Amino acid sequence: MKLLDSTDSGNSSSIERTQYPYVTGTSVIGIKYKDGILMAADMGASYGSTLRYKSVERVKPVGKHSLIGASGEISDFQEILRSLDELILYDNMWDDGNSLGPKEVHNYLTRMMYNRRNKFDPLWNSLVLGGVKNGQKYLGMVSMIGVHFEDNHVATGFGNHLARPILRDEWHENLTFEDGVKLLEKCMRVLLYRDRSAVNKLQIAKITEEGVTVSQPYALKTFWNFNAFQNPTVGAEGSW
Amino acid sequence: MTKQHQNWSPYDNNGGTCVAIAGADYCVVAADTRMSTGYRAVGCISPFTGAVRQKLGMLRVISHLGMFGGELGRADKSLMASSGFQADVRALQKVLAARHLIYQHQHNKQMSCPAMAQLLSNTLYYKRFFPYYAFNVLGGLDTEGKGCVFTYDAVGSYERVGYSSQGSGATLITPFLDNQLKSPSPLLLPAKGDKLEIVVINADGIRREYMELRKD
Repeated sequence: MKLLDSTDSGNSSSIERTQYPYVTGTSVIGIKYKDGILMAADMGASYGSTLRYKSVERVKPVGKHSLIGASGEISDFQEILRSLDELILYDNMWDDGNSLGPKEVHNYLTRMMYNRRNKFDPLWNSLVLGGVKNGQKYLGMVSMIGVHFEDNHVATGFGNHLARPILRDEWHENLTFEDGVKLLEKCMRVLLYRDRSAVNKLQIAKITEEGVTVSQPYALKTFWNFNAFQNPTVGAEGSW
Repeated sequence: MTKQHQNWSPYDNNGGTCVAIAGADYCVVAADTRMSTGYRAVGCISPFTGAVRQKLGMLRVISHLGMFGGELGRADKSLMASSGFQADVRALQKVLAARHLIYQHQHNKQMSCPAMAQLLSNTLYYKRFFPYYAFNVLGGLDTEGKGCVFTYDAVGSYERVGYSSQGSGATLITPFLDNQLKSPSPLLLPAKGDKLEIVVINADGIRREYMELRKD
């Protein structure tokens, strides 16, 4: 059972081939809560500094037990989804009652990212993988060079700097669904204010033992009438 | 095809420190459980082969190379602690674990610690021109039951020593050990991180302990 490798088609002339990302998604945040995993990402994909695409789903279900969220190059994410699709298909074809859980998918993704890094041709993504299987919740991350770990809350990109401190303070075991969503929205709001690649259209996905639900896209309420926003240069004349 | 993105590096330093000390009939190996990138702490390392842990602060990098049969106790001879680039560390652990399993199938016994030491060296040198960015210490009991520690650089040069430390805290720990271990003494380590994982190997088997560390 040979899984197709997209780099198989004999391009051995370019041994070293690093890349620029072209169309990129920004942060993804994931947290464990009482019943499973919650994951949030906005629907934006930037082309350099242009906010080019605004309806990109960056959180997708994988098989029965997992959710994947990606930041970074969107085309690489699409290729990853294709590989995962194939992985799940072959798993289903065994027809043996077993199904790949989030740990297995995370391991597969880690190996895939690490192997591309070894060829100096990385998939330019940071991936969040979460899921529930047999009551066990799992939430992990993989970077484009294959660094991977699991935790109770993870974030990619700017989320690492802006969202994780909030999560470190306010996350606790057995968050209810409502509290989990509130916490994610709090983080996404900060990102919306402070990350220039963020767009105000997000989806929150939930995975529990029962299955996956991805919310309809919606926007966060923002408030721009803070005093600090009114005369932003009052403390530094000449600034902008 | 020209290189397009010079700034991309295939390596990252995820930090961490490991130590091992050999005694007359025991060996102690310890490593911290924090992983970082740049100046940010990122998480705690995912479990080594076999065990599933729920808490944070899981076994960072101590790869229990005798674990595969599911047996504990006398069967386990070597412990590898690694620091450096976590993805390479993990790949190295997997390669060694697979080779150890094959050895067990072929020889119907566990690898001795000196044998594992040689295998680790060869595995590291195999990638001499695109190294595993992993700094390792290997601890265990030799064929006579005496404690042994092997210390490595990233490309596989190694030697057997009485004690060793590798990783970001090594420059702090090594002088301390030099001072304290003119004669054998209890294990005392200055360290930072979430937890310290200490593993003791002796004739009775393997014992694992955790200590909380300063969280800064």
